[in-house]
Amino acid sequence: MTSTLSSQSNDEDLAVNSRPSASGRFGRYGGQYVPETLMPALAELEEAAIAAWQDTSFTNELNHLLSTYVGRATPLYEAKRLTQHYCRNEAGARIWLKREDLNHTGAHKINNALGQALLALRMGKKRIIAETGAGQHGVATATVCARFGLKCVIYMGQEDMRRQALNVFRMKLLGAKVQPVTAGTATLKDATSEAIRDWVTNVETTHYILGSVAGPHPYPMLVRDFHAVIGEETKRQCYEAFGRLPDVLMACVGGGSNAMGLFHPFVQDSSVRMIGVEAAGDGISTGRHAATITQGRVGVLHGAMSFLLQDQDGQVQEAHSISAGLDYPGVGPEHSFLSEIGRAEYFAVTDHEALEALQLVSQLEGIIPALETAHAFAWLKNLCPTLEPGTEVVINCSGRGDKDVNTVAEKLGNKF
Amino acid sequence: MAFKNDSLELKTQTGFLISSCFEQLQKKDRIALMPFLMAGDPSLKITAELLLRLQDCGVDMIELGVPYSDPLADGPVIQEAASRALKSGTTINGILEMLTALKGKLSIPIILFTYSNPLLNRGMDTFCATAADAGVSGLVVPDLPLEEAERLSVLALEKRIELVLLVAPTTPKERMTRISSRSKGFTYLVSVTGVTGERSVMEDRVGHLVKELKQLSSKPVAVGFGISGPKQVRQVREWGADGAIVGSALVKRIANSSPGREVDEAILFCRELLEEVN
Repeated sequence: MTSTLSSQSNDEDLAVNSRPSASGRFGRYGGQYVPETLMPALAELEEAAIAAWQDTSFTNELNHLLSTYVGRATPLYEAKRLTQHYCRNEAGARIWLKREDLNHTGAHKINNALGQALLALRMGKKRIIAETGAGQHGVATATVCARFGLKCVIYMGQEDMRRQALNVFRMKLLGAKVQPVTAGTATLKDATSEAIRDWVTNVETTHYILGSVAGPHPYPMLVRDFHAVIGEETKRQCYEAFGRLPDVLMACVGGGSNAMGLFHPFVQDSSVRMIGVEAAGDGISTGRHAATITQGRVGVLHGAMSFLLQDQDGQVQEAHSISAGLDYPGVGPEHSFLSEIGRAEYFAVTDHEALEALQLVSQLEGIIPALETAHAFAWLKNLCPTLEPGTEVVINCSGRGDKDVNTVAEKLGNKF
Repeated sequence: MAFKNDSLELKTQTGFLISSCFEQLQKKDRIALMPFLMAGDPSLKITAELLLRLQDCGVDMIELGVPYSDPLADGPVIQEAASRALKSGTTINGILEMLTALKGKLSIPIILFTYSNPLLNRGMDTFCATAADAGVSGLVVPDLPLEEAERLSVLALEKRIELVLLVAPTTPKERMTRISSRSKGFTYLVSVTGVTGERSVMEDRVGHLVKELKQLSSKPVAVGFGISGPKQVRQVREWGADGAIVGSALVKRIANSSPGREVDEAILFCRELLEEVN
């Protein structure tokens, strides 16, 4: 290892092979806090994943489908008008977009859904369940289930079903059953709890395609590895475009799957700054937000130890964000780890800032980003003034905004 | 009751009330009836009354649920009970204060059923110390499997609290051996592949699991999740288990009682169940 990171970071912790550790930990984060019923299934899943990655028939099929079905590689696009807007100086920074919004189904989520569906087939599981917030992971899962003829049940909070009616319809059209969840806050947190309960009950026949780098080990590793293709392509494309590594990577973070997919192949490249942008909702000071790393404390949610929005009694708190995909009181354990050792930085932007960025990117680049993605764009106004000339910035344009037009129209009211 | 005095004496001798309770029961050739209550549902005042009255009615131990916002292992009945308890303002401090106030009156083992996060939020050390001060004898943490439980088990034992581990129908035999050897007090056999809640019939494979567990270790085995009435308590006894845990069925009975009748309804139900333990 040639890591030049700050002394508090442990070289071994950063070695790709040992992250997570054998017990599924990223430093102190991660682990397996689940009912005993699931432990054998988690062990089976981990073994299946390890064997699959070593099996060229699996990787060949995955790569073939990523190319012919998903539409990879996605372009690395130079956003010249956005660059002009934020970095007016000729020699200023340049902004690049990793166009995950161009994937089949409109977001990065399908990278993982496809990989896990192939794993489910290897394990002989014919029934698939998943949770969804914005509906992007639900749509991606319903899509691959249709593609492989797997039975599919998607758990979705009733509040999110209202906010994301278009995606609900897409899932139904794809043949999935969308199961409304009314418990608790009726959002992603509760949909995830309900999916885990289904899995506890049907574990012998069912595979749970968890949609973020969250949940019990091996999910944070599994989901990250299926999304790492984002960062791998980006690295190659940066060399092609400007002959070196990028200087800054930026992505929105709810659970953190698109960010982790972009960051992962760069973690050991210590010259590359990594920035995750969380949802500050109405504003951090209002208490109505989803800024888990910025504001949370260490706790356990959905099987993993990580940062968590919780009250003083250890009860999980309601998150708030205009974006259903970021409206989650937890965060993937590896992000908590990268934050703790100072390898990645995390900030938060409000609903209002995200809405502004969404309009700006739409009007300057002809790309309507998802509300989730707009959070990453919104940080540009804070970041760009601080950058040296010649800085290369890559933003993960993780999803497209078609699903959000109703929400945006509602929020902007008569401005349209 | 003579039995209660025996177990109190044993606590002062060995300090482990749950283990002693099972020893006593085995001598009497009966199984333990362990009702589950959600603390604070409908109020902590009623929970306190339920604890004392259930003790008087002859139950052997009580599993007391700490309400949690995201109870992954629980079905709708206990989820709703937890929501009601949280809405009524129930906190861990409140529960422990209630138990502290009952010290001296409550002599049967109290086993706290809590999810990991409220426990870790306080710190394992502090949690065990305060629970022990409140007279708690055991802990069940449904989302803390063997791998994550080791440290808590040691810390709890230092405070004379037994950490009970769970075995599920999906647990492979070799793992079952490790769990039952590290579980304290008894081994909690989850009788269904699923969350808590009543089931009309218990699967035959539970009988095999009980036998298997009894062969693997001399530790008592208590069966929980899915026991809905006297018939199943009898069934559990016939299979050779040492205890029956009744949760959702009792919680539902309490929830469906008219206000003021909660305790009486719970007693009526537990009396029916107690007829099957001998």
